[in-house]
Amino acid sequence: MRVGVLALQGDFREHVGALSHCQVQAIEVRRVSELESIDALVIPGGESTTIVSLAKTFEVFEPIKKRIAAGMPVYGSCAGMIMLANQIVAAKEGQETFGGIDITVRRNAFGRQIDSFESDVIAPAISNSTIRAVFIRAPWVEKVGKDVEVLATYTGTDGVSHAVAVRQGHLLATAFHPEITDDYSVHRYFLEKVCK
Amino acid sequence: MAQESGTSRVKRGMAEMLKGGVIMDVVNVEQAKIAEDAGAVAVMALERVPADIRAQGGVARMSDPDMIQAIQAAVSIPVMAKARIGHFVEAQILQSLGVDYIDESEVLTPTDYANHINKWDFTIPFVCGATNLGEALRRINEGAAMIRSKGEAGTGDVSNAMTHMRQIGGEIRRLTSMRDDELYVAAKEMQAPYDLVKEVAATGKLPVVLFTAGGIATPADAALMMQMGADGVFIGSGIFKSGDPKRRASACVKATTFYNDPKVVADASRGLGEAMVGINVADLPAPHRLSERGW
Repeated sequence: MRVGVLALQGDFREHVGALSHCQVQAIEVRRVSELESIDALVIPGGESTTIVSLAKTFEVFEPIKKRIAAGMPVYGSCAGMIMLANQIVAAKEGQETFGGIDITVRRNAFGRQIDSFESDVIAPAISNSTIRAVFIRAPWVEKVGKDVEVLATYTGTDGVSHAVAVRQGHLLATAFHPEITDDYSVHRYFLEKVCK
Repeated sequence: MAQESGTSRVKRGMAEMLKGGVIMDVVNVEQAKIAEDAGAVAVMALERVPADIRAQGGVARMSDPDMIQAIQAAVSIPVMAKARIGHFVEAQILQSLGVDYIDESEVLTPTDYANHINKWDFTIPFVCGATNLGEALRRINEGAAMIRSKGEAGTGDVSNAMTHMRQIGGEIRRLTSMRDDELYVAAKEMQAPYDLVKEVAATGKLPVVLFTAGGIATPADAALMMQMGADGVFIGSGIFKSGDPKRRASACVKATTFYNDPKVVADASRGLGEAMVGINVADLPAPHRLSERGW
């Protein structure tokens, strides 16, 4: 199986590093030819408005959308979660997403950088131990469709528990960044469970 | 679950998310929106771009909170702002406004000619300029979570940014080739903490993200800095002091992503209109060189 990491902007090298810890040599994907050579994709953290703008300019936006619809396994962290959501709120006017997961995601839901934090998260489907989760200007899931499995939740500043890790079939998304920690359980879960 | 904010991982992680991107100086809401539309990963809100600070002279200070907050309200991307070197109260103010990153910047008039801000005191992360590895490591030791090469701001002359990137990169490569017992003297000579010197020698890179700033005016400049090993670029006066800011902004974003593809950079360079009027750094009298501020 060939795994690619969308490398238009963001912490794609950290995802490549995390995948290599899981014995997978991932390739960086910026063009259609690279997209065609892979079986699964990771969408990194970064600035979602920048990633969507570059994906459109370099004409990988529609091809990625099509591959997602055709069943390609995809994992997105933070900006990647936004890109995989069918609906987004607090977005830039007219901001589009690849979509695929039947969720509504609120951008920068936990607040600005001053509100960014790390904490332990429990996700029994992914790991037996707690996962150290880093939330950076992070989104949360506001509405979850009936076919979406919630893998982890976290109580937001509004006192309400929100989904922060979700899966719908071949698509996985987390609001946090496992790629900047040395816990590879989310990447392993993606490779071993979601991609199979 | 216990929630920890302002940790090194949270501060440095924020910079990781900006990698491969362009951070643009903006002086008003309209420019901030142009920058966001062009694909900037963040904007730096300030009252005067470096070229104007240079032209108008006088004391350059932190921007008006009203202006910063108007920009925060107008865009969904991160908003950074500058505090003077050593002016920790300006930094406290910026933190209270909830800016996403504070730039302790040599572009503003320094406040303290001996000390920089103790950046560990803050929840908001800091980016600081550096001209060499020792300076970068001193800033990291004070708590900076991101480094940018200084270049010579407000000139449109990328030569100093080049010098600083070569200097920092060269010094890192030299450290990686040293014996362990030589690192003590290396630390002494570059006036940097031994533990950080040892870490850089082992990993072959800075412990934080390294951007480039100062004098970048064209897509080719941006691609050059990326090929020199920058994780991303700051463009100050280069965009909004040019003939067609909208096009130039989006051209620089494209060139920063596809920095290794001359065809894309060539296309991005077409029909951009006039670049900012440049000043050769060599013609600047030494007291007017901003990159020499910082200690």
